[in-house]
Amino acid sequence: MRRILAADRVTSGAVVMLLLILGAAALVPMLSRQDPLAIGDVLALRLIPPFSRDAGGTWHLLGTDRFGRDLFVRMMLAARVSLALGVGGSLIAAAIGTIAGALAAWRGGITDRITMAFADSLLAIPRLVLLLVCAALWQPGLLTVLVVLGATGWMGVARIVRGEVLGVRARPFVEAAQALGVSHWQVLWRHVLPNAVGPAIVATTLGVGNAILLESGLSFLGLGIQPPRPSWGNMIAGGRDLIVSAPWVALAPGVALIVTVLAVTLIGDRLRDSLAGQHAPFARQLGERS
Amino acid sequence: MSVVARRVANALVLFWLVVTLIFVLIRMAPGDPAEFLVPPTATAGDAARLRTDLGLDRPLVIQYARWAGAVVRGNLGESFASRQPVSRLLLDAAPVSVALGGISLLLTFLIGVPLGMFQAARRGRALDHLTTVLTTAVYAAPTFWIALALVAVFTYGAATLGLPQALRLPAFGIRTPGGVLHGWAGFLDLVRHAVLPVVTLAAVGAAGIARYSRSAVADVLHEGWVGTARAKGARPSRVYGRHVLRNITPQLVVLGALSLPGLVAGSVFVESVFAWPGLGKAMLVAIQARDYPVVMGATVFYAAVVIFANFAADVALPLLDPRRMAKPA
Repeated sequence: MRRILAADRVTSGAVVMLLLILGAAALVPMLSRQDPLAIGDVLALRLIPPFSRDAGGTWHLLGTDRFGRDLFVRMMLAARVSLALGVGGSLIAAAIGTIAGALAAWRGGITDRITMAFADSLLAIPRLVLLLVCAALWQPGLLTVLVVLGATGWMGVARIVRGEVLGVRARPFVEAAQALGVSHWQVLWRHVLPNAVGPAIVATTLGVGNAILLESGLSFLGLGIQPPRPSWGNMIAGGRDLIVSAPWVALAPGVALIVTVLAVTLIGDRLRDSLAGQHAPFARQLGERS
Repeated sequence: MSVVARRVANALVLFWLVVTLIFVLIRMAPGDPAEFLVPPTATAGDAARLRTDLGLDRPLVIQYARWAGAVVRGNLGESFASRQPVSRLLLDAAPVSVALGGISLLLTFLIGVPLGMFQAARRGRALDHLTTVLTTAVYAAPTFWIALALVAVFTYGAATLGLPQALRLPAFGIRTPGGVLHGWAGFLDLVRHAVLPVVTLAAVGAAGIARYSRSAVADVLHEGWVGTARAKGARPSRVYGRHVLRNITPQLVVLGALSLPGLVAGSVFVESVFAWPGLGKAMLVAIQARDYPVVMGATVFYAAVVIFANFAADVALPLLDPRRMAKPA
């Protein structure tokens, strides 16, 4: 790992950025003296430009929003929500996808056909449309977004794992394990899956960036995280009608989002490239934006 | 059965699965659509009557059969909110979205592919790293943020920087409101309104295509025929423009079909930010109003477009890549 980072400045830059954002997301809301959700003296505090002090002498790195709340502190609070949902949603998707793909390949026959037909029909609906429909049908909120991100993101991983398992299954060591009397599921779990998860891990890493983007999109449209709880998407939405008079309110949270997704994507790209030698056909499928 | 006929059958089965899935999804949701539709002052009897009117009191199987049968006949039902046929609502909105998406998709490839080639040709050098970070950043940016940033630059920014009137691009709608511009002036007005939405969608798309073409081109640059072409003395423009492009075309066709869902997502945001009366906007309005027939109709429409694009790419592939003719998959 250290050798890779030393040789690759882009990736190490991405890792540093991600660590900075994680650190700031953990520390800034904790250390800040202002409550990022409380609304104080709106008239005195609202829409203070970046890098300036309010009347009370408090320094605002990125200024304040229309209710006089510090933008930077809110942004870092939003980072917790967005990162947790992005990572959580992708992990759920990865778990479902791995199980579905492995079962489909291992059982074959009707299980395989039903699973893949289900995956294909979900893939035929643009993921954002699927998310919008689901988010609109259920109560918007943290849990809905998390579940829906997981439920709509597993198909890519399932296809990859299925392909990998089919490939690994034909290798001699699997036959050897079966000949030694290892049970059917033990072979899958202990011998086949560990050799098949590499591309799934890359897909999941790249999926984190996608999930963060989708969450922000849902929240931007009012179907995701609901105010006053900040998320990058609903903060951008909150600054939308101020775009002409106070553009920083909408633009600043987007910068945090872009830096985060950029860092995750660059790291995912690096992982994919290091896998590409062994898994050329599958490496290519990864990383489509959905 | 010929390969094409089998692909048609596959596409139709997939479409039927999607139609079923959408029905199940909508029916799985908690709550009763009739309750959203009646005014707060309505009695329980009003709600029940509405439920009967809409066929919501029939058994699920019957509702499904009715809906699936109607979809096959091209009838997507009637909007709860406006009482208009859903197909008419969608057809009214479609031209705006198709034009927006089509022009953006074209620009996406015209910009993305050469950019990816340029990067692949300089792979590993500083310029490649820089452009890779740039394209990844655009790819990492939410469409609606790029749209808002452009609005900020061309309204707020243009005014503070004192840009000439011609560069102060309109940020909302597709035409100047109340305008009675016709002919050339009307067209120019439309073009000016289209610049920011198209640029937003094309930028996001081109960044993704460039990321992909960079690795696709880099893969074929190791091939022997590239060396042969160079050894013959072919200029780089000929090596890339003819030999390399010809060899990555099949992948680009597949990518074109695969990029449609992303384009749909982008257009939903762009139509929302720029207030364009397209399909995405219609769908958002319907979702907020819980106008299920419109939501279902729009979803079916989007799925049909995606399925058709994948089908077309599948059929086109053997024509573009004779190597695939030999072994139909």
